[in-house]
Amino acid sequence: MTKKFIGKRVKRNEDPRLLTGQALFVDDVEIPGMLHAAFLRSDYAHARLLSIDVSAARQRPGVVAVFTAEDMGEDWQPGPPLVSPPPTAKDVIFHSRRQVPLVKDKVRHAGEAIAVVIAESRYIAEDAVEDILVELEPLEAVSDLEKSLQEGSTLVHDDLESNLAAHLIQKKGDYEAAREKADLVITRRIVTDRGAAAAMENRGIVAHWDEKSQHLTVWDTTQAPIPIRNGLAARLGLSANQVRVIAPFVGGGFGPKMMMFYPEEMLIPWASMKLSRPIKWIEDRRENFYATTQERGQNHDVELALSRDGHILGLKDVFLHDTGAYDPYGLTIPLNTQCHLMGPYDIENFTSEVSVVFTNKTLVTPVRGAGRPQGIFIIERLLDIAAKELGIDQVEIRKRNLIPPEAFPYEHKIIDQAFAPLVLDSGNYWPVMKKALDMIGYDQFVKEEQPRLRAEGKYVGIGITPFIESTGVGPYEGARVTVEASGKVFVATGVGTQGQGHFTTFAQIVAEQLGVAVSDVRIVTGDTTEFHWGTGTFASRGAVVAGNAIHASASIVRQKVLKLACKILETPEEELELECGLVRVADTPHKSISLGELALLANPLRGAVEPGTEPGLEATAYFGPQYGATAFGTHAMIIEIDPETMMIAIKRYITVEDCGTVLNPLILEGQIHGGVSMGIGNAYYEKLHFDENGQLLNASFADYLIPSATEMPRIEVGHVETTSPLNELGTKGVGEAGTIPVPALFSQAIENALYNRELEILETPLSPNRLFELLVNEEKSR
Amino acid sequence: MQNSFNIAVTVNDTRYERAVEPRILLSDFLRHDLGLTGTHVGCEHGVCGACTILFDGQPARSCLVFAVQAHGHKITTVEGLGTIDNLHPIQEAFHEAHGLQCGFCTPGILTTIVPFLEQNPDPSEEEIREAISGNLCRCTGYQHIVDAVKLAAEKMRK
Ligand code: FES
Ligand code: FES
Repeated sequence: MTKKFIGKRVKRNEDPRLLTGQALFVDDVEIPGMLHAAFLRSDYAHARLLSIDVSAARQRPGVVAVFTAEDMGEDWQPGPPLVSPPPTAKDVIFHSRRQVPLVKDKVRHAGEAIAVVIAESRYIAEDAVEDILVELEPLEAVSDLEKSLQEGSTLVHDDLESNLAAHLIQKKGDYEAAREKADLVITRRIVTDRGAAAAMENRGIVAHWDEKSQHLTVWDTTQAPIPIRNGLAARLGLSANQVRVIAPFVGGGFGPKMMMFYPEEMLIPWASMKLSRPIKWIEDRRENFYATTQERGQNHDVELALSRDGHILGLKDVFLHDTGAYDPYGLTIPLNTQCHLMGPYDIENFTSEVSVVFTNKTLVTPVRGAGRPQGIFIIERLLDIAAKELGIDQVEIRKRNLIPPEAFPYEHKIIDQAFAPLVLDSGNYWPVMKKALDMIGYDQFVKEEQPRLRAEGKYVGIGITPFIESTGVGPYEGARVTVEASGKVFVATGVGTQGQGHFTTFAQIVAEQLGVAVSDVRIVTGDTTEFHWGTGTFASRGAVVAGNAIHASASIVRQKVLKLACKILETPEEELELECGLVRVADTPHKSISLGELALLANPLRGAVEPGTEPGLEATAYFGPQYGATAFGTHAMIIEIDPETMMIAIKRYITVEDCGTVLNPLILEGQIHGGVSMGIGNAYYEKLHFDENGQLLNASFADYLIPSATEMPRIEVGHVETTSPLNELGTKGVGEAGTIPVPALFSQAIENALYNRELEILETPLSPNRLFELLVNEEKSR
Repeated sequence: MQNSFNIAVTVNDTRYERAVEPRILLSDFLRHDLGLTGTHVGCEHGVCGACTILFDGQPARSCLVFAVQAHGHKITTVEGLGTIDNLHPIQEAFHEAHGLQCGFCTPGILTTIVPFLEQNPDPSEEEIREAISGNLCRCTGYQHIVDAVKLAAEKMRK
């Protein structure tokens, strides 16, 4: 069936409000009598809290309350675990240590909250923070991953024997036997380091406990309003129905806003109940650098075993994963890394051993990519090295190892982030890679242009990096679709939205079923009063999981519409069509009835209905995929390096994506552009510099550089569609795809550009400075 | 020290008289005293550009200005550009070209673009990128923003 709305470049429903300053963000909430919170945070990364005196702060005019851990009494509790713990299998170690609302005995990372001041204004609250006298005894901090596991290292959690948070081994086939047979074994240490999500909107929360109605309303910049509501109700001793959590417009999420129960998220509602006053807390940018979660620190010791003709025989990876001071997010990130270490390649023998390590640094939870870029970085670096050593072309070595189309669904025989077997649902990888090669003109560039430019003394390089992205994971989402008497359609779903265009793509899915204009479908996301089952927006799952739940609900409503209309129009269902907000007889279009009239008839005020009739044209349905859908893509890039400044000019940037059915190409392209810009930041501009004392040295936008319009190239996007068999719409997620391959791509293109140097890049992020250092080192070692 | 000063500021053609503490930032004054929450705050250290407003017609970062400094001046915020039913051509172009995702950076970009297009009605891509290089956007990768500005220039030349 040709689609009328799905797959069209529809303009977004949400834009007019956003463009005119009429969209509600958390910091826009104003409530009469609202108080403001500010936090006292630790300057040290690791310290014992000896004493704290808040009396002066309490006396400052305008201060309403100051709370410390002690003041919380029994209510002081570490946050809940966010993901289920790994199955208690042999050889799996997991020590769960969750973040605390306020420091009680020991500070475990710089920026950890010690006390909160509640005052008449934010200005007064910040003044009062300065009044607090706190005595901290600094302890040696653990910052480096390897050192933290050494015998005698200071402990982040004193009750554990070491800083080991978790340990897990995954095996497939027999790596050791494969290694025996190999013609070439490449052994390297590859290191990835931390970056920030740096959403433009910082975190924020407004909590309003209304004593008279015994009801708590919370506006939160969360990606997961429903779990926040459930958790708050449980912690505060309320029924879930007494708590409403609203994630209004959110200024970018990218993962860290999925972290459930940041200390502030628990404290502000708690304090609102204590004081019976509405309270607002808005994070500032500096706090965001210290207190909002980060990602990507890992050290890998890897081996790749290959045959002479470039076939991968096996891969072994022993790695350390930095979880920061606590590990509420369990093993999600390192499991994602393991699931992407084999990339799009058919690898039979695989061993991976991960040790998750506590450090005195900000907590680690998923940031757009969530462990995947690290896995792709490792395998792609190894293949580049192998290609050089074996004298095989970069593209050819990849082509030889791609999983063939007939092998899908491809069972990887390891477990994924949900502890379920990793299966790649569908794919046809080579055509995607080929399309990227064609778009960038690979052969022509390598054979003609590059030699010519090199002869002119230019350092031009090309890179091409395929990748996979696991997306659309369970457990489930749901939605309620209602045709209203006005003829407009109302949809409620639980996931939050942070700019992905859900108000439009979801409306397109509904319009497709009900034949109404996209602008006549009103979507509400992220308000627990409107819909209270579901989990959240993460792991590129919104369009897949919530999208299919909406599709399911809309399909049921369509059936109801047809059933009723067939009686009223006295025409069999097969002869009816839904068009322009009407149900009409296909070959007698003037014989019709509007959806609005049908909605009224479906909800009669008098008379009798047939037994079993449900009122209204409404349906609620859920969708839970059997397992996640795996998208695929290839990025290609041509760069020129300025040998003086090490600045990189991106001459061409191509992405070809296969994310199944495309709902809206305009929005899809936007997602990819944004993902690539974060990837370029990750690859060449952004790195959080922690010193050995766990101090972050670049906690501002003046020092931590995210790409601006002048660093970003124009991105050319190509599509290939291999639908997913796992859901009716055939969609796969794409939210993180743009980000994943970029660090690998940069390294490849840089090495290619600096062809006359023996440069081997084994780390990410890079920067112009770091590249310069690497070249100086290379010169020294010659 | 005097605790507050009386100021008179014209914002989006409306004159406001208020008493403010000298340390109140213009961004906070606009957002919380006047309720004009379209102006966003992303860093409060002058880098992200989300808080950009027009100060006597020139783009300025409202997080780097005290409200008292606006006394006697004319300010335009995003709310002063167009309305939902009557979008400014630049807003229209951002809608058509998908120049925004989360929309948090958008008000600051729109206010940066208004005087830019007045001075340069037919800008090249490079000039556009230069013009918005002081506005950080984490969602779009800037490409659709650049397209939107080009489209806006076209619309406004007509
Ligand atoms: S908030 Fe003013 S420049 Fe960032
Ligand atoms: S649209 Fe989200 S920061 Fe620009």
